[in-house]
Amino acid sequence: MLETFLEFEFLRNTFYTGLLIGLIAPLLGTFIVVRRLSLIADGLSHVTLSGIAFGLFLEKKIALLAISPYYAGIGFSIIGAMIIEYLRSIYQSFQEIAIPIILSVGVGLSVIFISLADGFNTDLYAYLFGSVAAVSRHDLYFILGITLFIVAAVFFFYKELFAVSFDEEYAKVAGIHAKYVHLLFILLTALTISASIRIVGVLLVSALMTLPVASSIRVAKSFKQAIFYSIIFGEISVIAGLISGYYFEIPPGGTIVVSLAIILGITLLFKSRKS
Amino acid sequence: MNAKNGGIGMDSTAPVLSVNQLDYKYEQQNVLEGVTFSIQKGSFAGLVGPNGSGKTTLIQLILGLLRLQEGNIELFGTPIQKFKNWNKISFVSQKANTFNRGFPATVYEVVAMGLTGNIGYFRFFNRLHKKQIYQAIENVGMSDYVHRNIGDLSGGQQQRVFIARSLVSQPELLILDEPTVGVDTENVERFYKMLARLNKQEGITLLLVSHDIGTITSYVTDLLCLNKTIHYHGNPSEFYQKSDEEISKFYGHSMHAISHDH
Repeated sequence: MLETFLEFEFLRNTFYTGLLIGLIAPLLGTFIVVRRLSLIADGLSHVTLSGIAFGLFLEKKIALLAISPYYAGIGFSIIGAMIIEYLRSIYQSFQEIAIPIILSVGVGLSVIFISLADGFNTDLYAYLFGSVAAVSRHDLYFILGITLFIVAAVFFFYKELFAVSFDEEYAKVAGIHAKYVHLLFILLTALTISASIRIVGVLLVSALMTLPVASSIRVAKSFKQAIFYSIIFGEISVIAGLISGYYFEIPPGGTIVVSLAIILGITLLFKSRKS
Repeated sequence: MNAKNGGIGMDSTAPVLSVNQLDYKYEQQNVLEGVTFSIQKGSFAGLVGPNGSGKTTLIQLILGLLRLQEGNIELFGTPIQKFKNWNKISFVSQKANTFNRGFPATVYEVVAMGLTGNIGYFRFFNRLHKKQIYQAIENVGMSDYVHRNIGDLSGGQQQRVFIARSLVSQPELLILDEPTVGVDTENVERFYKMLARLNKQEGITLLLVSHDIGTITSYVTDLLCLNKTIHYHGNPSEFYQKSDEEISKFYGHSMHAISHDH
């Protein structure tokens, strides 16, 4: 099955891209889940959608090809991440309010740009639910670059990211620049989301960041184990989801999430530790 | 956070902490008024006061988490504005044991966190750091739990882990804010005994903040009673001998302050 899948170049690109996001989405997802910020991924993915819609609009109306919808999505995602941080610093006692604000503005802008770009088309469908056919070689290299950057950033700032995630106040007293570490974290999240959208789509990207972690924290004893297992679960689901999605002609977003849900079900049965 | 700045203005005979004429206001409300005291090296100081007496504000000022309004604070003889040697001070927060209990972290990982600031950016844990981590875990008697999940431990055990996290950077002053909240009564005694041992054997100066004036008086060397201002500073045994009237003044004042708040 895998052999036929790898036979065509565009499928190979999709497959390798899938492996890359199966690594970075659960990696960042572990930090997101333990910080109880699971909804941030949803907020940012909808901002990314508005960027993609903006890119599609430019493509259609102004024929401005310099900014592809995908890059516009990344740009919007990063700006959205910084706005979330800004809102969180303004509403210190209601930090979660930043997420519905950014999510609804993201959806609102998306609706506007989508109708300005003459409504739904197949491109948009691929961005919403993911696609096995959407990845060019150029995209693959770009996502490889993002992956290397994210893995290096987490490697070098692991102890700071861990300390800030576990106990932000303590991290500050210990002399860590919690604000900057947090900004780095949210920028990495924005990059991960925009990289993952190619395969799993806007609507399901947060699932790839949170479901593997929901499974891994059932079985992990340490934080490093939690990261390790969530990556394993993420990769298994991406591989299973891509292959089954291809054979049944279903967008891979759906099949990947169902694979993740099956793994979650197994870990729930396997061990019932309070979490 | 590094040793390079260590020498500036350091004075080995100066008190570890000295607070002078400290006032602090939130909006129009005075929280601290003319707070003055100092803590000498090697002492085990207990700072007690009822809820709303300004304890937490005072600690946040000492830790540099709040900006001074009036008065001044010296740490190891250096004015707090110029103080750079924050690795000499460690803090166990009242919130330490309100952490997310589902957090997948082992005792080792939590204690290792205490070295994060000292090691600095772009540097990694080495063999010496690992030894320090195991040593700190042993110092609080948690060696049997090194690789256990922190959420699976009892409140008292968790609190000892957080002490270990504060000790691992080998601080000279350890500040504890209500460390026994959530620890069951029989373990509170054990906890204080452990602190007293760390104070004697490791020579760490302790500042323990509590709303409970009972148990701690038998362990501390200095007792400070705070209610907006310092009402008593001295030997804990003398506090009970001479000051029936002073105790009632202290608590009477507190009742007054509380009724004002609501």
